[in-house]
Amino acid sequence: MADRERSSPRPAGRVFVARTQVMDRDEVRRALVRIAHEIVERNRGLEGVVVIGIQKGGVPLALQLVAILREIEGTAVPFGTMDVAFYRDDIGMRPVLPEEATDLPFDLTGRIVVLFDDVLFTGRTVRAALEALAECGRPSAVQLAVMVDRGHRELPIRPDFVGKNLPTRRDETVEVSEEGVTIGDLVAVSNEAVR
Amino acid sequence: MSAPGAPTTTGVPKAWAEDEPGATSASEAPGDLLAGHRAPAVRHLLSIADLGRDGITEIMRLSDAFAEVAERPIPKVPALRGRTVATVFMEPSTRTRLSFETAAKRLSADVMTFTASTSAAVKGESLRDTVETIDAMGIDAMVIRHHASGAPLRVTDWVGASVINAGDGTHEHPTQALLDCYTIREALTQRRDGEVPADFKGLRIAIVGDIKHSRVARSNVLAFTALGAEVVLVAPPTLMPASLEGWPVTATGDLDATLEDLDVVYLLRIQSERLGEVLLPSLDEYHWRYGLTRARADALRKEALVMHPGPMIRGVEISPEVADMPASLVTRQVRNGVVVRMAVLFHLLGSGVI
Repeated sequence: MADRERSSPRPAGRVFVARTQVMDRDEVRRALVRIAHEIVERNRGLEGVVVIGIQKGGVPLALQLVAILREIEGTAVPFGTMDVAFYRDDIGMRPVLPEEATDLPFDLTGRIVVLFDDVLFTGRTVRAALEALAECGRPSAVQLAVMVDRGHRELPIRPDFVGKNLPTRRDETVEVSEEGVTIGDLVAVSNEAVR
Repeated sequence: MSAPGAPTTTGVPKAWAEDEPGATSASEAPGDLLAGHRAPAVRHLLSIADLGRDGITEIMRLSDAFAEVAERPIPKVPALRGRTVATVFMEPSTRTRLSFETAAKRLSADVMTFTASTSAAVKGESLRDTVETIDAMGIDAMVIRHHASGAPLRVTDWVGASVINAGDGTHEHPTQALLDCYTIREALTQRRDGEVPADFKGLRIAIVGDIKHSRVARSNVLAFTALGAEVVLVAPPTLMPASLEGWPVTATGDLDATLEDLDVVYLLRIQSERLGEVLLPSLDEYHWRYGLTRARADALRKEALVMHPGPMIRGVEISPEVADMPASLVTRQVRNGVVVRMAVLFHLLGSGVI
């Protein structure tokens, strides 16, 4: 499944085997602080800005970003989550299941939406997210923030804010969490070993 | 408790037992007809047994996602864009057909409607020719209701589309059971401040009415017991199946004696055509002995839930004032019907589990 963009859930019968850690907890935190400052600088403050984390990997990092924005600007930025499974273009081609709740407790119209995801890969998740956003309102602008841009884009999508540009092979997998960023491989295991 | 011993496949209609041969061992605990089933990769939904316990749980989880979609300003997602769903109803039904069609449209699928009264069926076309013709137009799913038990199973031999049973004779009505499970789960979740119950263990559910002719009862017995609930069937002897062998349920003719420790009262519709079959003396007598009257509703525990698959005949199986009480989940059931059918369509057509 080289076309996988999201790090979870894993296809049945495969486990992630870590190879190299490329960012640790502090580096992830520093990248988020920098992204927060860039968001404030780009938008000349946080007027009208909302942050939406893409389920599932983008949400914990987006929450941390919201906390950092509050520390540096003293403003509580509205926060929402979005699961884009129903908007994917590969439904029927591989198992697509919603992972977590979509929760957008505010009107998007006229807002500046900062979409946050953990890994930017083919760009198909972001395309799905843009389509989902369009059905929820008309933001005045949508900006894309990611912790890792690993390349291999299949669509003309580019991030506005990047934690780390990370050249990868297509068949590798990147794991991102608040604890750090790791490159590894999805390795097939027999069913007996999983259970 | 009249639950029989280990539920071997004897006594269970063939269609319930035939998938996953060997998965159901005789040593499994009584009371779980579907034990041993892992969420199977199903292409058709003919019986609750096609899903098993894990499949039911998966549909519930998917339904949560679609319940959120239903709350949006535009309650529609492009998940099944370009797919076609045909509804083939050889028996009159409004709510089930509308519910399926609404579900398909909210998934952006195209919908074709076939109703027996306006079609070539009245000119004598056979079921096989009808469904093969519809299939030849290029469809992805066929939702079928038929007066003959087992008709959807036969149709799976004739068409390439996924077949969904929307009620066949006195056999099953699986999506009704799924929406009922979802409605109970939702009510329990609200009561527990948002904590979703893993199953129905500890729940006592009475199904009251024409058990013998009810496909809803059959699907619900499978679904409720698969999730661990204790099921009591309540009916006059003439409307109870001749044999309950292999069903992990208890049966009684005395509604009043079962009321006080129930968590859910599930009322079935009494079809007035049963009067002609000399199975019921009169609708008034049924109401007096088996209807959920005000007095019976007062005898229920405070938090007991009242459910009905509709169409509800007020004054027969339920008193008008009871139907409008807050304990009544009837409108919730209808609302959840769309959400759960979205989950079923997506599960069969969209999740890639084929």
